[in-house]
Amino acid sequence: MILPRRVLAIGLLLAFGAARLPFEVHLEKQSLDLQIKAARLSMEVREEVSQLSFIAALSGFRSFVAACLWIEAHSAWERTQWGRMAGLFNTVTTLQPRSLLYWDLASWHMAWNASIAALQDEKQPSEALRVRAQRQYFQLGRDFLERGIQNNPDRYQLYEKLAVLLRDKLEDPCASAAAFDKAASFPDAPPYLKRFAAYELAQCPGREREAYDRMKEIFAKGVHERMPTLLSKIREFEETLQIPEDQRLKMEPPQ
Amino acid sequence: MNPSSHRSFSPSRVFALAWNTLTELTRQKVFYFLLIFALLTIGSSAFAAKLSFEEEFQMLKDVALGSMSIFTSLLAILATAMLLPKDTEDRTLYTILAKPVPRFEYLLGKLCGVLLLLAVSTLVMSALFLAVLGLREQSVLAETTAQLQGATPAELQIAIDGVKRSTFNANLLPGIAAIFIKSALLAAMTLFVSTFSTSSIFTTIVSIAMYFIGHLQSTARDYWLSAMDASWWTQAFLAVVALAFPDLQAFSLVDAVVVGSAIPFGIAIQTLMLGVGYVAVYYVLAVFVFAGREL
Repeated sequence: MILPRRVLAIGLLLAFGAARLPFEVHLEKQSLDLQIKAARLSMEVREEVSQLSFIAALSGFRSFVAACLWIEAHSAWERTQWGRMAGLFNTVTTLQPRSLLYWDLASWHMAWNASIAALQDEKQPSEALRVRAQRQYFQLGRDFLERGIQNNPDRYQLYEKLAVLLRDKLEDPCASAAAFDKAASFPDAPPYLKRFAAYELAQCPGREREAYDRMKEIFAKGVHERMPTLLSKIREFEETLQIPEDQRLKMEPPQ
Repeated sequence: MNPSSHRSFSPSRVFALAWNTLTELTRQKVFYFLLIFALLTIGSSAFAAKLSFEEEFQMLKDVALGSMSIFTSLLAILATAMLLPKDTEDRTLYTILAKPVPRFEYLLGKLCGVLLLLAVSTLVMSALFLAVLGLREQSVLAETTAQLQGATPAELQIAIDGVKRSTFNANLLPGIAAIFIKSALLAAMTLFVSTFSTSSIFTTIVSIAMYFIGHLQSTARDYWLSAMDASWWTQAFLAVVALAFPDLQAFSLVDAVVVGSAIPFGIAIQTLMLGVGYVAVYYVLAVFVFAGREL
């Protein structure tokens, strides 16, 4: 009598499985759409981490494994192992693609720290090769931010970081202005991003007039927006664009 | 006892069994794992102090919530796996069932006892985790305030808000609730396995295997539903995995919680309902098998 009861129990278990299937599929789809769950791990991650870490990540401990690998990357930083860091950052960001912190710091380490180390590499006598290595790290930093943005298109922070990288490292003010603009378009973005976009636009050849008009708009928003940099840039443009005296902004000297 | 006064279901009997189960488990010093959790949480906090405060708080949440998930899952499987074999070995099972206690009440009492243990453990670990997080937040806030003495009140407020955003958010609670629900599911599943098993070792091994397969169930399910060109035996295998094993990935909300993503109310409720459904079905199946077991 025991065996049929067990068999019946397994049958009931399968019937419950069939009943819950549509619900689970729907719940998973909702979670993926809302980016509450990350995409499944690929074999590329398996190649990057140990078997144990991969099993742990598959067993619901993705964030835990990501934290452990981040600590490992921090140790690699202390030993200035830039290549190892880049590999670990790739894995960490694959495990936790919704963490802005990981994308941001991975990019910062590559574009700021690793690039300087590459430029000052005493083992490389050729300056051209050192500069090339530096540029490659800039691009690696940019790549982290662009992949981070693909995974987090609903947040402004990584657009802002990309704009800063384009401004300070890649020296591309037009692209930087576009990235600041995109960051500023989010409802929760801080107001300074609009100013920064205008400052970068001011450096973009051929778009000086547009930059001037934008700065005037920002100036008109009120005293809290009238930063010394904004005022001096407006004055500068009024001279270079030869704005007639009567059309120039009347401004109090900065206090 | 007057036979006419005997009720077919008595909450007080279930409560007595549950309380007794909790007491027994407590006597086996299962709460010692909390010491390891405390060491991990405080240790990771101390280590992470040399990182930036955003990194530090993320590490702390990752390690603490990950450890909570590991400990509650292990506790659920190990504590439940030994219940029936131990009662059989001690002959307590025969003493209880010789009294007018139905088998479904006995199992319900045992399950409730384990769930109480898991609830207490989750609460204690959560309290410890939130206390460490709160203490570190106060310390970082004090440092930030000291560093920004010359800043305007608006700048100081932005810095303080940044620190607070990195520490507490309301989503930590659904994340912790999902950890508890997952452990409750594992306890009910282990109870079901133990009703047809003959030893606690077998129950533990099977349940741990089911735990790992459960995390891959959604992958198998997707392949089964989408891979039409696979051979029939592959399809059959995937179907069995998808239908017989629980989808444990559905309860992995911690990854999203740690990075501050908002868990919509609808998803939190659906996850809770799914967990309760699993617990109820595994319990019913356990009763079904246990009712036909020769003792």
